[in-house]
Amino acid sequence: MITLTVNGERVTREVEPRRHLIDFLRLDLGLTGSHAGCEHGVCGACTVRLDGEIVRGCLVLAASLDGADVVTIEGLSDSGEVADLQANFVARNAAQCGFCTPGMIMTAADLLAHEREAGRGTPSRAEIREHLSGNYCRCTGYQAIVDAVEDTLKARHPVADLGRGTAPAPRSSEATR
Amino acid sequence: MKWPAMGYLRATSLPDLWSALAQHGASAQIIAGGQTLLATLAFRLSEPSVLVDIIRIPELRGVSVTGGALRIGALTRHAELGRDALVRAHAPLLTEAVPLIAHPAIRNRGTIGGSLAYADPAAELPACIVALDAVVVTASAAGERRIPARDFFTDLLQTALHPGEIIAGVEIPLAARHSAIQEIARRSGDYAMAGLAAALRLEAGCVVAPRLVYFGVGNGPVLAAHASAALEGRPLDAGSIAAAQEALGEDLDPPQDLHGPPDMKRHLARVLTARVLGSFLAPKEMAA
Repeated sequence: MITLTVNGERVTREVEPRRHLIDFLRLDLGLTGSHAGCEHGVCGACTVRLDGEIVRGCLVLAASLDGADVVTIEGLSDSGEVADLQANFVARNAAQCGFCTPGMIMTAADLLAHEREAGRGTPSRAEIREHLSGNYCRCTGYQAIVDAVEDTLKARHPVADLGRGTAPAPRSSEATR
Repeated sequence: MKWPAMGYLRATSLPDLWSALAQHGASAQIIAGGQTLLATLAFRLSEPSVLVDIIRIPELRGVSVTGGALRIGALTRHAELGRDALVRAHAPLLTEAVPLIAHPAIRNRGTIGGSLAYADPAAELPACIVALDAVVVTASAAGERRIPARDFFTDLLQTALHPGEIIAGVEIPLAARHSAIQEIARRSGDYAMAGLAAALRLEAGCVVAPRLVYFGVGNGPVLAAHASAALEGRPLDAGSIAAAQEALGEDLDPPQDLHGPPDMKRHLARVLTARVLGSFLAPKEMAA
């Protein structure tokens, strides 16, 4: 029996040890926004926030989560924290088939939340790619996804240190086609 | 595939752990961060009867400097290792290694103890602790043991751990040294096709106590004795770097794997040798 907080709500459930966090969310709680993809930690479709940090939901035992705080894409959407990011995903056609999108948003939100940590400034395009490198898009829509994340960063920080770390930041060339 | 049916119990202290292991014996599997173990369950490469979760055992946590060494608790997660100020001050090689380990979501869960216990030959941290001449501190119901890192990795996915014994932490001697890690991977976050973690001192411009440790090219971290000997006592320059590259042929016997044939791995190891040693020539990289 575990008791934890999911998207701000307290839930108590009996779980089998063989249940991973994503099946717990999807099958036991009906929160189907998080996707189970490869189920061995490679694809990132199952990315959720656990105690404030992103994790692979398929590599976490639900049974180990007594007292934990979990936020899924549903909770993240409802809070409005990533409304701008989601709008940019739509504007850039970065969702494509949509399967990887919840994990991509969770991972991009992590970058947005932790940007400028340790005085590193606004992440460059290369750093966005690096941060998202554990999330697979089988439509190979990476360019549009990086565009959407970059647009969000620029809109949140309009002047400061635009394009820091990249060459004079040509406006993402592939996006202007 | 879904994980097999199994039991789960959480140990919250070391005595608690010893009694759990005594009760369940060899079919019990210890889990910490789970980032490798849980994937092997999905592949049905292992089917433990019960998982014993050690992640909340306080004795296995924390980073400190004690008795001339940096002690890193086994449960230190990769992300914590990467941002720890003591680690950055005394073992920047580890700080530098962290971004090479998988991806942020995995670094938030995986632990240094788990990585060392699994002993993947292409993993970064085993090579780093051998390069840093660290000691692995183990614990069991019988007490602690201290095993030099170079003796800890015994074969492919094999360590000197006894049944019923866990890694409690790692101790890294405090020393002024140059260190660096580089790897070549097909894609960011993948296991390395070849990698090199190196540590050495420069005294009056000459190399002292070099430790070149290659990963992804053998059954475990490979401490390259001949290449290290080719550097010892010589000025670090193009000539000594070329000598180390040449001597490396005696040290490496890479198996063919999915990435390519032995010759390709030897080539990559030589390339990395020049890159890593070359990084010590730049004035920016001063001793820890």
